[in-house]
Amino acid sequence: MINHRNWVLAVTLLLAGTPYLVLADSDVAQLMADCGDCHALNNPNYTQQSATERKNRKAPPLFYAGNKFNRTWLVAWLQNPERIRPAGYYPPAHILRGADGDSVDTSSLPEHTALSAADAAQTADYLMSLKPFTSLVEAAAYEPGTLSWKMGNLTFGKFNGCDACHRDAPDYGGTSGPELYTAWARLQPGFIASYIADPVAWDPHTLMPGNSLNPEVVKKLADYLKVNGEDFK
Amino acid sequence: MNKIFLMSVVLTISGVLPALGNEGDPDNGNALYEIYCTQCHGISGDGKGINIADMSVLPRDHTDKDEMSARTDEELMKAIKHGGKSVNKSVLMPAWDSNFSDQQVDDLVAYLRQICCTN
Repeated sequence: MINHRNWVLAVTLLLAGTPYLVLADSDVAQLMADCGDCHALNNPNYTQQSATERKNRKAPPLFYAGNKFNRTWLVAWLQNPERIRPAGYYPPAHILRGADGDSVDTSSLPEHTALSAADAAQTADYLMSLKPFTSLVEAAAYEPGTLSWKMGNLTFGKFNGCDACHRDAPDYGGTSGPELYTAWARLQPGFIASYIADPVAWDPHTLMPGNSLNPEVVKKLADYLKVNGEDFK
Repeated sequence: MNKIFLMSVVLTISGVLPALGNEGDPDNGNALYEIYCTQCHGISGDGKGINIADMSVLPRDHTDKDEMSARTDEELMKAIKHGGKSVNKSVLMPAWDSNFSDQQVDDLVAYLRQICCTN
C-alpha cells in the first residue's frame, strides 16, 4: 500500500533520476531517501567534475552497489555496521597533527545508522538492483583460484605495497584505505579483480592508485583476498 | 628571422617548448596533495602520515630541502607517474599515471617545490 507521502517521495526520486522500484513496502522509499543524503545513488558523472569534488563526498557512492557487494554481507552489515575505513571515507578530514606525526581523529568519524532486519533486507534488495558497471566486471573475466597464503601475502605487501594503505589483518597495514581482511565476504569476486586492475574506471577520483598492474598480479591479489579472507573467518 | 624560426622548429621537435609551456600551478597541486598524498606523506608533507606505522620504508619528507633539491623535476614526475620502483625507490610509492593528467603531475611538482624550498 503506497500512501500519499510515499507517492510524493517516489515522484521526487523519479524526477531526480533515481531508479525507483515499485515496492510493496513503501517505507523503502524513505530508506532510500535517507541513504541518498550521504551516498550517491545515481551516477554523478565524476569525469565532468574536478578532482576536488572528492573531498566533498560524505560517503562512498552506491550507484554501482549491485556490481560491488555481496547481498548476504550487505544485509548483515546494515544491521550491525562496523567501520570498514579506519580513517573514514575522506581521511584528510580526520587527521590530527602531532609531534611524532599524524594520527586519526577517531572522535570525528561518523557512525553508520543500524537498520532493522526487515529494512536491511529491503535496502539490500534495492541496492543490489543498481548495476551500471556489469561490463567492467565481465571484462575482468576473473575466475577465483588459490595460491599459498605466503605468496599472496608477499604479493600484497612486499611486491606491490598494498599494505601501505590497506589492512589485511586487524592489526597490520595502513589505515587510509578500506580494510581488506573482510573483503572477500563483502565484495563480489569480479568487482575485486576489476577494481584492482583499473580503479579509475569505477571512480575517476578514487584515492586508489591505478598502479599499472599486469593481469597475473591482479589475479594473485584477488586470490590472496580470497585465501586471506577465508582464513580470517 | 630565419634563425629564430629554425630554432623554434628544432626546440618544438625536441620537446623543449612544450615542456616550457607546462608550468605547474602550485595551488592546484596543493589541493591534489591534500586529497591523494597526505595519507602517507603527512598533512604538512613531512613524511609522517597516518599510514606509516607498519611501513618498512618511510615516505619522502617533502619539506627536506636538501633531499628535494637533489631531485630533478623529471625524477619527481617519474616517481609520481610510474611509482617508486621506476626511480629505484620503494614499491610503497605507487604509480599514479592513470589517476592524474600530465598537467596535474606538473601541478603537484610545482607544489612540492613550494613546500620544500620556498617556505
